[in-house]
Amino acid sequence: MFERSKAILLIAIAGIFAVSRFSSHIGPYYYDIILSIGINIILAVSLNLVNGYTGQFSLGHAGFMSVGAYAAASFTTYAAGPFLRVLAPLGPFASVTIFFGLALSIGGLAAGIAGLLVGIPSLRLKGDYLAIVTLGFGEIIKVVIENVDALGGARGFSVASGYTNLFWVYAMAAVTIYIVLNLVNSTYGHGFLTVRDDEIAAEAVGINTTKFKVLAFTLAAFFAGIAGGLYAHFKQYINPEGFNFLKSVDIVTMVILGGMGSTTGVVIAAILLTILPEWLRWLSERPYLPHWLGALLENRMIPYSLLLILLMLTRPQGLFGGAGPKPKKA
Amino acid sequence: MSEPLLDLRDVTVQFGGLKAVSGFNFSIHHHELAGLIGPNGAGKTTIFNLITGVYRPTSGSIRFEGKSIAGKKPYLITKRGIARTFQNIRLFDSMSVFDNVRAAFNMHLRHGIAHALWRGRGLAAEEARIEEQAGELLDIFHLGEVRDASCASLPYGGQRRLEIVRALATRPKLILLDEPAAGMNPTEKTELMDLIRFVQEKFDIAVLLVEHDMRVVMGICERIAVVDYGVKIAEGPASEIRCNQAVIRAYLGVDDGGSAT
Repeated sequence: MFERSKAILLIAIAGIFAVSRFSSHIGPYYYDIILSIGINIILAVSLNLVNGYTGQFSLGHAGFMSVGAYAAASFTTYAAGPFLRVLAPLGPFASVTIFFGLALSIGGLAAGIAGLLVGIPSLRLKGDYLAIVTLGFGEIIKVVIENVDALGGARGFSVASGYTNLFWVYAMAAVTIYIVLNLVNSTYGHGFLTVRDDEIAAEAVGINTTKFKVLAFTLAAFFAGIAGGLYAHFKQYINPEGFNFLKSVDIVTMVILGGMGSTTGVVIAAILLTILPEWLRWLSERPYLPHWLGALLENRMIPYSLLLILLMLTRPQGLFGGAGPKPKKA
Repeated sequence: MSEPLLDLRDVTVQFGGLKAVSGFNFSIHHHELAGLIGPNGAGKTTIFNLITGVYRPTSGSIRFEGKSIAGKKPYLITKRGIARTFQNIRLFDSMSVFDNVRAAFNMHLRHGIAHALWRGRGLAAEEARIEEQAGELLDIFHLGEVRDASCASLPYGGQRRLEIVRALATRPKLILLDEPAAGMNPTEKTELMDLIRFVQEKFDIAVLLVEHDMRVVMGICERIAVVDYGVKIAEGPASEIRCNQAVIRAYLGVDDGGSAT
């Protein structure tokens, strides 16, 4: 009983492991970008479950990411001593692997619980109203963290251990993609799509729409938490401002650009939009460009918004969005 | 007489000062094909929405298989065994014909989310079983050849049929059809009548039909209830309804002593 999809996942993870053995040959600048791409893939693919497949609009993904980042970082910071001592007999590699895996799970679970708590009351709302509530949640998390001294407050939180590496990031990205694809392709996961297409019809075929919305929200938050945990142990410094509204918008942009409800498209958009600002920076420093154009390109928000406007005019369903939801007749 | 499958007793629903349905009594028995007719705005769809849990009755009781379902959430009522179609077709537009039906198997799944996440043991078998059953249903209704097409690409009659197939996939004991003949030409209407009778026979279920088209209703319903202004004004077999004075008055308006309607 060994399925093809499981085999593909295992081969992918093995491949990632093999490639990660050579990661020391990658220059630090490129290594940084490659890891950022992986983390953004996790964020965008998981948000796509809510914004794409379930048709809800969440603007709070960075908030859930920060919950995971702080939860995982406080675990590795405050619980390292006793845990590593217990795990020490397994050897350094196994003990760190288990310890970091545990930290990421804690980050994911903390964010998942936050997602559940925010989701239950707020998913009674639709469209813009839901977007505003999730936006508000992101800001609340930020303000709370800014005022908790144990988490470093507004000064930020230094994470001693840089456990995150290429293997962890891309293995987690592979698992995220695997789970999201399994889910939406299963009969069970079609519940998400029915909520997006027509809630009234979904209820009429016996689907508990509230349950599916909360589920999508919780799962997406869980993966955002894992991404947060990876981010914290990659940058080794996190501060509340790094998980602000703009970060959420970045992730939403990836989902919209890729095409709501297309995992392939969202993965490609995550790659493109992570590289784009770096490329723009490189471009803005070219001496043959007039000064004003360089300044324009350097501020990534301007080309970003132009790109989005252009996309919405020419391909409102996103780069890869095929059968997106159509506007509903009343 | 045995206990009715669905029993509405003294059902009243009030929206502000308006009594949309008032003191409505009606029941459907197992394997019965009943019709609900009335002029525009008489409250037919409101009664549908009361049965399917979209509205909660202000007073009165709605019982299905002896248990109250008044005001229960729509999806829970579907789980009890009442399926419905919609006056303005509501399919899952982004999905294929097959996936529309597959989605309706959702509530019967034995394996939950954990299996769907990890493709656990038994998931493949269950998915294969669903595929087979959904395929069979589609074949019965001549939608087998277009199973992978987008449901939005089906012609109107096909979409109506698909909606009925989707409702049947929930394995109902009672199916409510809301104006299935709307927008159909005479040939399609004749086909629809055969289809409804076929559904009733083949799946051994009760059918409640809301319909404007007299030919369809009179042609297939064993019993017809007529509502006007939220009140039931007549009930009986088609032959009786056809010559009932109150019904004729409601539909055509009769000049009785100067006060024309």
